[in-house]
Amino acid sequence: MINFQYARATDIADAVRQIAGEPTAKFIAGGTNLIDLMKENIERPSRLIDISRLPLKQIEETGDGGLRIGALVPNSDLAYHALIERRYPLLASAILAGASAQLRNMASTGGNLLQRTRCYYFYDTATPCNKRAPGSGCAARYGLNRMHAILGSSEACIATHPSDMCVALAALEANVHVAGPGGERVIAFADFHRLPGDTPERDTTLRADEIIIAVELPARGFATHYSYLKIRDRLSYAFALVAVAAALELERDTIKEARLALGGVAHKPWRDVAVEKAMRGEPANRASFARAADAILRDARGFEHNAFKIELARRAIVRALTQAAAGTPQSQSVKKIR
Amino acid sequence: MVYIGTPTSRVDGPAKVTGAAKYAGDAAASGLAYGAVVTSAIPKGRIATIDTGAALRVAGVLDVLTHENRPRMARRAAAYKDDVGPEQGSPFRPLYDDTIMFSGQPIALVLAEEWEIARFAASLVRVEYEAEPFATDLRVERERAVAVDEPPKPRGNADKAYAAAAIRHEAEYFIPIEHHNPMELYASTALWEDGKLTIYDKTQGVLNVHNYLCSVFDMKPDKLRVLSPFMGGGFGSGLRPQYEAPLAVLAARALERSVRLVLTRQQMYALCYRPATIERLALGAAPGGTLDSVSHEAIAVTSQYEDYFRNDTGWSGLLYKSPNAKYVHRLARVDLPTPSDMRAPGATTGVYGLECAMDELAVALKIDPIALRLRCYSDRDQHDDIPYTSKQLRKCYRQGAAAFGWDRRNPKPRSMRDGSELVGWGMATGVWEALQMDTALRIVLTANGHAEVSCAFSDIGTGTYTIVAQVAADLLGLPLEAVTVRLGDSTLPQAPVEGGSWTAASVSHAIAKTADEIRKELWRLAKAMPNSPLGACRLEDIALADGRIIDKTDSGRGVAMTDAMRHGRRDRLEHETTNSFAEDDKHARNTHSAIFAEVKVDEELGVIRVTRVVNAVAAGRILNTKTARSQIMGGVVGGIGMALHEETLIDHTLGRMMNANIAEYHVPVNADVHDIEVIFVDEPDELVNPLGIKGVGEIGIVGTAAAIANAVYHATGKRVRDLPITLDKLLG
Ligand SMILES: Cc1cc2nc3c(=O)[nH]c(=O)nc-3n(C[C@H](O)[C@H](O)[C@H](O)COP(=O)(O)OP(=O)(O)OC[C@H]3O[C@@H](n4cnc5c(N)ncnc54)[C@H](O)[C@@H]3O)c2cc1C
Ligand code: SF4
Repeated sequence: MINFQYARATDIADAVRQIAGEPTAKFIAGGTNLIDLMKENIERPSRLIDISRLPLKQIEETGDGGLRIGALVPNSDLAYHALIERRYPLLASAILAGASAQLRNMASTGGNLLQRTRCYYFYDTATPCNKRAPGSGCAARYGLNRMHAILGSSEACIATHPSDMCVALAALEANVHVAGPGGERVIAFADFHRLPGDTPERDTTLRADEIIIAVELPARGFATHYSYLKIRDRLSYAFALVAVAAALELERDTIKEARLALGGVAHKPWRDVAVEKAMRGEPANRASFARAADAILRDARGFEHNAFKIELARRAIVRALTQAAAGTPQSQSVKKIR
Repeated sequence: MVYIGTPTSRVDGPAKVTGAAKYAGDAAASGLAYGAVVTSAIPKGRIATIDTGAALRVAGVLDVLTHENRPRMARRAAAYKDDVGPEQGSPFRPLYDDTIMFSGQPIALVLAEEWEIARFAASLVRVEYEAEPFATDLRVERERAVAVDEPPKPRGNADKAYAAAAIRHEAEYFIPIEHHNPMELYASTALWEDGKLTIYDKTQGVLNVHNYLCSVFDMKPDKLRVLSPFMGGGFGSGLRPQYEAPLAVLAARALERSVRLVLTRQQMYALCYRPATIERLALGAAPGGTLDSVSHEAIAVTSQYEDYFRNDTGWSGLLYKSPNAKYVHRLARVDLPTPSDMRAPGATTGVYGLECAMDELAVALKIDPIALRLRCYSDRDQHDDIPYTSKQLRKCYRQGAAAFGWDRRNPKPRSMRDGSELVGWGMATGVWEALQMDTALRIVLTANGHAEVSCAFSDIGTGTYTIVAQVAADLLGLPLEAVTVRLGDSTLPQAPVEGGSWTAASVSHAIAKTADEIRKELWRLAKAMPNSPLGACRLEDIALADGRIIDKTDSGRGVAMTDAMRHGRRDRLEHETTNSFAEDDKHARNTHSAIFAEVKVDEELGVIRVTRVVNAVAAGRILNTKTARSQIMGGVVGGIGMALHEETLIDHTLGRMMNANIAEYHVPVNADVHDIEVIFVDEPDELVNPLGIKGVGEIGIVGTAAAIANAVYHATGKRVRDLPITLDKLLG
């Protein structure tokens, strides 16, 4: 860990002013990811700007029937909030599938969006990694890549985004509200995280001088037919090999609206609107779910240790959609898969 | 006996939950300097240059020690030998010279006024290496593995018998590198006082560390004291001195000041580990289920500088009756640190292979796995053809099977289900040694009726404090609260390292012998009292109970110990004795177990849940059914981890362990652990030692992974021989 300065932001404008004036500074919210990265000398901020006391802890209803979640709402509070449980249970479920109770108590909504990959090489400064040290190479490509991407990877980086919460937010088409020196702007969730391309060092489209202030959920919550199914190497407290956020609106047995987002498979939560569109009007049965799975995975490619994830994802998608259609979402406390 | 055999809560429990128990990295001291270690980024080569300038310029940095400027340490490799390290080879010498022997090797020690400063400055040390080619992959290096001549002697002609056998099974089973991952970080606090050093070290053997440090630093034994009063888990990782201890001493001597050195979790992965091992089994059997031949070959990794190995293969020919048996143990030298003992070393890996192979043989023979084991059951040690002091393994099979409901098992794979899950029931046998070591111990009985029992053994979290208090209370006839136990201090009476499951038997008999001296002295004092009711009693009739010296033949007759001492004008009775166990090569001493596991596997996704485990253990007299049960449960949890989760991932092109933290190195979490039922079968044993104690620290893990692997096969019809059984191995 390197030495750093510490300052508390007094309000959002102050936070933006501080970060704009010192590009090597970093915001700290819950610190559950940033501090780990600092201990390993991966993040080396000159200053920590503590935003944890800013008034961004509200969950409010918006005029158009949605919800606005402050960037500092802890993951636990969000998961157990009555409106979330009732109207967006997919989001609650995804959050509870992640990390541990202690971590969820500390982790913030904004920080969760910006958590970095768990690629082993990214965490070890003795190894080459384009994301950590651009141009040094990607050790995972021919190394240990069990946890790595099967979709949307690049020559430069095959890492995955580790968040569970973000997979649900992608499926729910949330919007990210950010503030910068030029004022506020809104980023659609699909545009928030990036694919690695030639610049894997950049995870998101958030600018260095911007702060996340809120995440907004549109009215549509898919509270009846949803499921978050996370497959991992132990039954809790492990990052996803494959996670599926499935949400449906049904008319009798016909799909009226479908959302399908995957975690653990790409540099961002993976969605394919064309696939969702094609699901509309289809019967809600295994055959159509399998077609959707094949379609969303059509460009998937595996590496030495993660090729199994393609078949695993296919099966998990069918299962999650089946759970969603039946109205029997995966429980996050009972580990038996429904 | 009031306390022996009863479920007794840990006497050190309150100290642990209130924080009063101080661990190696907690020891309070004024004027501490703090150390931070810099480790090697490459697995093999030389340090070309090491630039500590930037680190030294940081305010608050006191010194940076490297091989170039460190204070004197012994040069001869032999000076670094310890009580339990491998016989062959020369031990690792930290900061000794510019040679790099493994990735993660300590190459510099930054010393500063504060831990944060040391850690920051450590990030500024610049190292240039001259890298050399290296090897870390057992699957490649097995071709060059060399045989060691340790395994038991063969019998008959195993190859010939195998070739002629009606039913044959041959396969390889693989166990990857696993790490102990005790909760507590390795740490040493070295307190400097006018050239004398008191060291709080995380170790399973204070005397081993004491002797090692005296040898490495050429110090007189009385200038150095090593303490390890509490330990947050060891599992074998603390049997040998680890490098934090010599580095803390080096630093204290360089600065002439007290120093604290705490390793990081990542750094601990370069201390030691269970070696990756290939177990190759060949079993030949007659159609009726008797064994004609057993061949067991183990190929394991060791470092380039020491030959570490344990008995992996001998269990196969010990456990089951077979006229022909043969064993080979080979070592593949790789550029990693030396492996070490980890809970039931050798047996955990070797018996995993054996018990999966037996399961496969049972399938080939179409007989029940328990029936096969009973047909090969041996009442005698097969190596030396001698009887056991006791062996109630049959009872383990019977009671374990009954508790588990084994008779309801449909032997056909994939035949049992629970909705979308396939259900599998598997079993395995466990076996371990019942070892015992000579141990010295002191008891001081004071006139207020209080006893202090002291011995250099450590309590590594297993419950040693508690059983010492129980046994001493019973043998001294005192209430548990009147016994204070002191452990883990090199100035206390000599004891070996705490390992091998030998502590309970060793320390209990040292207590018995010493308590008997106290009993004799109390008898003399009691007899000397005027009108003593015990005046005519012979020593054989004297017992200690309820704080009194009594006549066993008439327990109403007696005197209070405190009265006897007062009359004799003795305010304390003190005895220190060393207990030696009688040599007995006419009997084999072992513990045994039968483990039953239920798994439920999602048919489509391969997700495995271990829903039930029954472990029936025969381990002689159980001193404390509560702490002993915890030991077996902990062993079972370790076995679940071994079967399904644990694997240290090495990038063989970089020669580095890549998941060196407990987020990515998976051990079971609560969600992975369901019902674990522990049964202690009755196993009276008057031959193993007078108290009939065998030890339970390790037997709980032996066989557990095999029982789970066999259950996974029964559930899915898929035989996964390479651990851990991750879900991808079941897909497809
Ligand atoms: C052992 C372990 C296991 C875990 N398992 C899981 C899991 O299974 N699933 C899962 O989804 N997650 C998991 N997590 C990750 C956890 O969810 C994240 O660490 C957490 O959400 C991060 O939130 P935070 O507030 O602590 O962020 P911090 O660590 O404070 O910050 C993270 C990053 O976000 C930036 N930042 C924070 N807030 C803002 C803001 N408002 N505006 C702009 N930038 C900001 C910081 O500068 C920093 O770069 C795990 C973490 C650990 C340590
Ligand atoms: S996958 Fe990405 S994060 Fe991992 S080593 Fe390659 S570049 Fe680095």
